[in-house]
Order: sequence, then structure tokens, then C-alpha cells
Amino acid sequence: MSSPRVIRVLVADDEKGMRLGVSRSLRDVVIDVEHFTGEFHVEVIEAEDGDAAWSIISEDTPDIILLDHQMPGITGMELLARLNEQKVDALAIMITAYASLDMAVKATKQGAFDFLAKPFTPGELRTAIEKATRHLVLGREARRLAQEKRQLRFQFLSVLAHELKAPLGAVEGYLQLLSDGTAAADPETVQQMIDRSLLRVEGMRKLIYDLLDLTRIESGQKTRELVEVDLRELALLSIETMQPDADKRRINIALEAGDDILYYTDRSEMEIILNNLISNAVKYNRDGGSVRVTIGLSNDIIDIAVADTGIGMSEQDQKRLFGEFVRIKNSKTRKILGSGLGLSIMKRLTGVNEGKVSVISTEGEGSTFSVKLPYHANRNTGDNEV
Amino acid sequence: MSATESKRTVLLVDDDIDFLEQMKIRLKQNGFTVLTAECEIDAKAVLEETRPDLAIIDLMMDEVDSGFTLAHHIKKLDKKIPVIMVTGVTSETGLMFDASAGQSWIKADALLAKPVRFEQLQGEIERLLGGNE
Repeated sequence: MSSPRVIRVLVADDEKGMRLGVSRSLRDVVIDVEHFTGEFHVEVIEAEDGDAAWSIISEDTPDIILLDHQMPGITGMELLARLNEQKVDALAIMITAYASLDMAVKATKQGAFDFLAKPFTPGELRTAIEKATRHLVLGREARRLAQEKRQLRFQFLSVLAHELKAPLGAVEGYLQLLSDGTAAADPETVQQMIDRSLLRVEGMRKLIYDLLDLTRIESGQKTRELVEVDLRELALLSIETMQPDADKRRINIALEAGDDILYYTDRSEMEIILNNLISNAVKYNRDGGSVRVTIGLSNDIIDIAVADTGIGMSEQDQKRLFGEFVRIKNSKTRKILGSGLGLSIMKRLTGVNEGKVSVISTEGEGSTFSVKLPYHANRNTGDNEV
Repeated sequence: MSATESKRTVLLVDDDIDFLEQMKIRLKQNGFTVLTAECEIDAKAVLEETRPDLAIIDLMMDEVDSGFTLAHHIKKLDKKIPVIMVTGVTSETGLMFDASAGQSWIKADALLAKPVRFEQLQGEIERLLGGNE
């Protein structure tokens, strides 16, 4: 949003002097709006009566409309009513002959944003235009953000529905084949179909759990219980959980951690972070590979790093990795189950602890995920909501 | 189908290996020779070797529009090869792709929403290959 933008001001007044005066006063006016980089330039369009004004408004709606109260044809008040009725996205400023409270109340009731009493100075006019511009621009931006949020929500739900339907469809398909009988006559094929179905059901359950975690974090429903957590002990528990899967594929998991690294945090949050890091390192590893977990403390920063000897990923994939439902799809990852939410959850939880998560990876060689947490930042803050 | 008649070949492309497996079984049962691929690149490699009589491809694979680009590729090789596009995306997004409604940029002869009932797929295959029966 750095290119200069234009705020179009329509001045509708039957007095030529007034129109010229407005044009002259607003020429070269540049408006800054908070939170916006770049300036707004004012461009003035003139209309000599209400009808001319209305045809300009209908054709190409200006941003701000300066309306003379008394004009031949459609009056300023009538025009105001019409703007209101047709929900025109513009702000109206009434120009009145003299400061009359009655007039101001009436105009405001009809939806005017502001009013200017004749005679007014160029300075007063500019102030009114600046005020209206800010109101208009910020209002539009708020609407745009709200729309964007709805759009993101919709996208999230669409992808979620897709991700839930896929395993359901797979299981249903196998059940139909089994039900037909003819398609899968030999016991080996039947067993394969059952195994695949169970695997897909497991994947679906994992997705639902991950989704619940994510929803809890997002909604702030989860109360944080801050306690001193021994990171070494927690990492060992996490490794223990993953050990059976690792053993099956001859993957060696090693832990290097200083004694007594006590971190003040919510235990379940740390559990999720460590479980995600270590299970990913096993899942995306090669058979016979290794996982190295290191936990260190220096300069008041706790560094948890998990390095694997797995498939790694391209720089492009690394950039989008932490988004929701992002799963790196290629021939190597195709058979690996995942919800696509794990890293997104981890990133949020790391953020809750004022830390950062990053990844260094080389395709075909492996990845190192690193979580850095400020050691003292969250001490003595007491219990608070996420 | 008599023994002298050659079996017809279907190229089946989907990154969901379960969908691939299930459709392969069904199509084989119905007398087709089935070639499978799990992504656009693999499918293109298969097409280097063989020209199938029909292709059934998933829309979202490695890329969200893998199916579209693959369909274009197939039609460029031979525009007579019918393409059936399957996708799980349609219903929940409200995005309905309709091959008949002038969306000529979609190089597919039929679009089916997942879950695909085999009878429905069979109907489309018969319709598209019917003329050469």
C-alpha cells in the first residue's frame, strides 16, 4: 500500500464561487492516515446542482460528497436520503448557509458524516476532509480485514472437511470391496484392506485430536498452569513414546541435555512441542537413520534442537511448512501419515511461550528443527489465559 | 469381451493410494487394463510409454491444480483420450466445476465428486468409450 491513492471529493453546489473555492482549497492537499504507509491525494469533481451530482454518484461513486443544503432540483437533504437508501459507500458533508443546530441534527439523522457552516475557511474545509478521509479509509480497512478473516475461516473449514472426508472415503471403499467378497477373495488381500482401513482411521483420530488442541489454543479456553518443568525428563518421556516406532525402523534416538534445565511453563504445552518435534524426526527419517535431541541453555535462551537424517525438504517447502494443513507432498512423504496441523500447533505454542521455532534442512540429508525459548521471560507472571 | 479383442487401458492418477487401490481392483474386475500413477510427474512418465484409452485423474495432488495441468497435457498428446476428473473439493467449497457449462479451460469430459460410487464412474466410462464398443 505504498503507491499514492486518491480520495475523490464531489462538491455539489449551485454557487460557482463556492465550487471554485473548494477546488482551490483542496488542490494539492495530501492526507496521511495512521497505520497506512503512503499518502492520499485529493481530487475534486464539481456538480452544479443535485441532479448533476446524482448522475456523477451513480456513475462513479466519489469518496466524500460536499452537499449544499439549498440547490435547485434535488436538494442536499433529498440527496442525502437517497445516498442513505442506496447504501452508497461515501461520506457526506452538508454545507449549510448558517450554523443551525436544527439543520445539523436533521442532516446527521439522515446519515451525514459532518457539516460545514458558511462561511468557512480553507483550513476548516481541509480539516473536515481530513477527518472524513481517516474515517472512510479506516472503516474500509476494517471491513476488508473482517472479510479476509471470514475467508480464511471458510478456507480452513473447507480443507478440514476435505481432510476428514478422504480417510472416511478410503475406509468406506475397502468395506464395500470386502462386502462384495469377490473383489478380495484371498485372505492376504483381505488383511491388507483391513490394515489400511485401520491406518486411515488412526490418521483421522489424530487429526481430530490435533484439531481440538488447535481450537483450545485459539479460543483461549485452555488455562495455563505454569510450573517448573524438567525439560530433560520431559524429552525422555517423549522419546519413550516414540521408541517402538523408531525401533521398528531401526532409528536411533539420542538425547543430549544438561542436568536441571528447569523451565517455567505449562507442562502440557511443552509435551506437545517435544512430542511433535521428536515424532516428526522419526516419521520423516530414513530406515536405519538417527535422531539427535539436544537441549541447551546459554545467554538466557533455552535451545531445543531435534536433528534427523531424513528426507529433508526444499527451501520453498521450508517457507510454507508452518501453515495449517500444509503437508509437503512428494513421492517420499506420500505414505507418511500426518494431520498437517502438528507444526502449526507447535508454532502457536512456542509463540505462547514467547519463543521461536525454525528449521534448517537439506533435501535428502535431513532437517533440524529448533525451538528457542527465553529462559526468564515467563517467570513470575502467574497463571494466565493463553 | 472376447479373447481376440484387446483389453482397454485406463490411466488412473491419484495421490490417495487407497482410492487408487480400490479403483484398480474394480476396473480390473470390469476387464480393463489399469495403469496407475500417484502424481503428475509419474503420470507423464506413464504417458511417454503408453497411450491409454481413458484417464481418470484427481484434481488436487502435489499441487492444488495438478489435475488441471495433467488434463491439458493429456489432451495435447491426443485430444481423443477422454478424461474423467475426480475431486473431493467440490461440494464443501460450493465450487462446482461443470465441464458442460462452458468452462472450456477445464480439459475434462466429466467431473465426479468424491466419494465416487463405482457405478457412477462406470456409467461415465461407458458413456465416453461407448462409441467404440
